[in-house]
Amino acid sequence: MNPTAKLQSREGGRLTFIFVGLGVLLVVSVLLSACLGRYPLSVSDLLTYLFTGHSVDSSLPTVLLNVRLPRIIGALIVGAVLAIAGTAYQGLFRNPMVSPDILGVSSGAGFGASLAITLSLPLIGVQLMAFFFGLLAVLLALFVSRVIGKNHDKILMLVLSGMVTGAIFNALISLMKYIADSDSKLPDITFWLMGSLAGISFDEIKVVLPLVVAGIIPMLLLGWKLNVLSFGDEEAKALGVNTGRLRIIVICCASLITASVVCIAGLIGWIGLIIPHFARFLVGPNHKYLLTASCLSGSIFMLLVDDVARSATTLEIPLGILISLIGAPLFLVFLSRSTKKSW
Amino acid sequence: MKLEIQNGMFGYAGNAVLKDVNFELNTGEIVCLLGKNGAGKTTLFKSMLGVLKPLSGSILLNGKPIEHWNRQQFARLVGYIPQARSLPFPFTVMDVVLFGRTAHLSAFGSPGKRDRILAGECMDLLNIAHLQHRTFTHLSGGEQQLVIIARALAQQPAFLIMDEPTSSLDFGNQINIIRQVNALKNNALGIMMATHSPDHAFMCNANVAVVHQGTLRKAGHANDIISEQVLKEIYGVDVKVRPLDDTRLVCVPEV
Repeated sequence: MNPTAKLQSREGGRLTFIFVGLGVLLVVSVLLSACLGRYPLSVSDLLTYLFTGHSVDSSLPTVLLNVRLPRIIGALIVGAVLAIAGTAYQGLFRNPMVSPDILGVSSGAGFGASLAITLSLPLIGVQLMAFFFGLLAVLLALFVSRVIGKNHDKILMLVLSGMVTGAIFNALISLMKYIADSDSKLPDITFWLMGSLAGISFDEIKVVLPLVVAGIIPMLLLGWKLNVLSFGDEEAKALGVNTGRLRIIVICCASLITASVVCIAGLIGWIGLIIPHFARFLVGPNHKYLLTASCLSGSIFMLLVDDVARSATTLEIPLGILISLIGAPLFLVFLSRSTKKSW
Repeated sequence: MKLEIQNGMFGYAGNAVLKDVNFELNTGEIVCLLGKNGAGKTTLFKSMLGVLKPLSGSILLNGKPIEHWNRQQFARLVGYIPQARSLPFPFTVMDVVLFGRTAHLSAFGSPGKRDRILAGECMDLLNIAHLQHRTFTHLSGGEQQLVIIARALAQQPAFLIMDEPTSSLDFGNQINIIRQVNALKNNALGIMMATHSPDHAFMCNANVAVVHQGTLRKAGHANDIISEQVLKEIYGVDVKVRPLDDTRLVCVPEV
């Protein structure tokens, strides 16, 4: 074998090792999460039940299927979605500091939910409002950037328009909090804005999962073109990429999946910013591998954080708080180790 | 094959930078584009690449207006080499060269074994095969520029548009790039290169086009066009043009 081929196969072997490693870690985290909680299950009981269908502990099936499993699946979906959306946006905006919130999807969803809670709508209403206002915020940002920014740098205009729509919806969230009944509605709004996986049910997963799959697949398929975008719009065009169309597809997909998970889990920050860096550290900047690695890492991280959230104390810790407390220092540690290698 | 501009007016809404542009670039020729800073060289290139819409007139590739080409098919015929620039993510040199294969991939495809071999050949041609596993952002400016040229070669275009490929390079690397441009000259490739050094036109034994006072003058061979008067007119400085032995002219600025 010549040296080049050798190096390439070593690189390929490294990638395989990492993906297998992430897969194993994911399975282990799922098993761990299934056992942890107010009603602890033993791993051996769990495995016996999974492989034989019988259980010595008569409440195991109920706890597992009705309580733990929806929450585990929810965590997997939410983590994967926020991570892949963040990764795709960082590639699209050519900036490693970008997160899925950049076009205002979270602020929009937050406002939709606050409004619905203020109007005393039922849970499904809150979720639908969050979903639609999340997408509305992004569409507004796209529209504004198109109208205002004809002669400007398109990426810059998008980011600025996103900031503007985000600011407007954040102001509206504050307005909702201000006028909400401080005994009943305000705590609900605050709680929703901090994010939680506690309420996720199979019914919600059934609705959200197809949307998420439909949004993730095009992004995975367009990985190579996202790479080419790294050199900027003009060069990507000269290399044969229809950049306008690529941008719209990625933004639509990322917004769709982000809005889908935000509406069932509330606002969960940081994952979309940290995980892409972690994944880039693992597999390098090629989106062909990076997007998948982000999904897996995001799922694992979300699952483990949620385990802490629900089992560290008797009172459940809101995810928003926990992720920032864990994620921010982790991000710093991580940056100090990887600056040279990844940028 | 021919890349042709007919009565082009280029620029931005309400601000025409170039008017009455008529020009053609044929395969097998090298055209050096001269003009002072801000004269409109980059505007011309952006227009020729279809990134900037002409205000009027038309640009034809193979007789068909370039706005009727889709980006991918256009990129199979026209490659672009910009000035060396930054990259936000740490791609390897091999990855960057493979970007050049994008125009030849299917909608959802990514480069395969054949593309890698071809990318390797392009790097060999420029003597940079040893860099292929390095991180692009860690290379020197001269190396980066060679990688970008390899990327354009991997695109296998019929025309190469080079926007000041030697700017920000040291003296040795400038000469190296010019040598590579000369080595690339063949009947199937038309090269258009913007440069700040009229000497480059002599070194490439090239044709010269001049962007000056809001229009483009497609002039002719460098030896006929680049004269002391023309350089004075374009750049506003006194330059002596002298023969160096019998083969080549050189520019000697007066200070």
